Amino acid sequence: MKQFDFLWDTFLQLLAGVPVTVSLVTVSVVLGGVLALGLTGIRRTSRPGEWVVSAYVFALRGSPLLVQIFLIYYGLGQIEWIRSSLLWPFLREPWWCAITALALNTAAYQAEVLRGGLNAVPKGAIEAARVCGMGRLMTFRRIVLPIAVRQALPAYTSEVVIMVKATSLASIITLFEITGIAHSIVSETFRAFEVLSLAGLIYLVMNFALTRAFRRLEIHLTPQSRSRPVERPVSKA
Amino acid sequence: MEDLVAYFTLIGFGPAGWGVPLARAASMTVAVSLSAFGVGIVFGMVGCWAKLSRSVVAHGAATVYTTVLRGVPDLLVIYLLYFGGSQAIGAIARAFGHQGFFGLNGFVVGMMAVGIISGAYQTEVLRGAYLAIPRGELEAARVAGMGRLLMLRRIIAPQILRFALPGMGNVWQLVLKESALISVVGLIEIMNQTRLAVGRTGAAFSFYITGAILFLLITTFSGAAFRRAEAWAMRGMGGRVRA
Repeated sequence: MKQFDFLWDTFLQLLAGVPVTVSLVTVSVVLGGVLALGLTGIRRTSRPGEWVVSAYVFALRGSPLLVQIFLIYYGLGQIEWIRSSLLWPFLREPWWCAITALALNTAAYQAEVLRGGLNAVPKGAIEAARVCGMGRLMTFRRIVLPIAVRQALPAYTSEVVIMVKATSLASIITLFEITGIAHSIVSETFRAFEVLSLAGLIYLVMNFALTRAFRRLEIHLTPQSRSRPVERPVSKA
Repeated sequence: MEDLVAYFTLIGFGPAGWGVPLARAASMTVAVSLSAFGVGIVFGMVGCWAKLSRSVVAHGAATVYTTVLRGVPDLLVIYLLYFGGSQAIGAIARAFGHQGFFGLNGFVVGMMAVGIISGAYQTEVLRGAYLAIPRGELEAARVAGMGRLLMLRRIIAPQILRFALPGMGNVWQLVLKESALISVVGLIEIMNQTRLAVGRTGAAFSFYITGAILFLLITTFSGAAFRRAEAWAMRGMGGRVRA
């Protein structure tokens, strides 16, 4: 019974970290998404723009997220003009550093996901829209973006799942999300198996719910793949 | 300009520079990543075999393995192996009358943790590669009188290797980046070495950017190596691969 009490108590403590994890994921994925849209825009304007964005994507995808977090949390303080800038009150906080690092990182991956989606838009659909008299912006809004988003959705789902897992790194810069709480309980009680398994279970449930929700969205956005309503036979009486 | 000189003195190989420890740390990163990649291939092969087997138990176990390991943060897996392993060894030691906390070797823990995680991804890569082998070739091998082992050696293994190479390249990049997490259990690889250097000198930005550049160099060169291997594996197949 004592065993069960410990597990239940630990579980409740870990649950307190769920809102932190969820808000880290939501804020950074949304910010990263906006940034990715911007990057894609720059990429499509000019050659140098394309190079700059490719270099950004290369650097952010080629180095570990942990290095990026450390670079922002500890590294930026070394630079004088950042310390005296208006951003410093934010960049001093572990919360905003984690958000910045996660958002910059996921922006690189999301830009790639978006690129794949945009490449999958059939040329004919765009031409048809132009022929119908739609302007560039309207074509983008009505034709290109919906098709691209639909195409990119599966890859987007796995990116969000990866982000849920990536937020655990925020515990290293002292944020108390699920992994951070689990780590502190382990160092107090030395009961690693029970505590860490419970934490893992919470992550699994979160990711399961997330993939389910995205799957629903996919089905919703692909009406043509849904089964047709059964037609009742018309009696010819 | 002065800043640049100061930077290169700091990370250079001179008496005041951190060049030698950084180079040693970079080779440690490569070593632990290679070992973890190897462990991952072993886990991936077993997982792939289990996923393709007709046994319900084996298939179920493999599905649980890939689902759990791909749904749980890597940091948690490393902690679990490190602290859980110490807990288990501590329990055994207490049974023999010893007391206290038992720390495990960071290299072994890191290698196993990242290996087990990457094995989950490797399972899917290998399974996809196996399913990409044309069925007709397997039937032809059977008809030609090959036994299972001979068929595995001559037909299946070479083809899996060819089809799996691009996916394995992705897993390798993943392993390389995950190796940075092994720093939390005390292994002196790039991440930990730069952290030590920052603690000594206070030059946080200089050293962490150096760490990032070292990782970028390793990922770039190994990525190029994988592309060459792909071109080599696909030679004579008609298709053109970017070399």
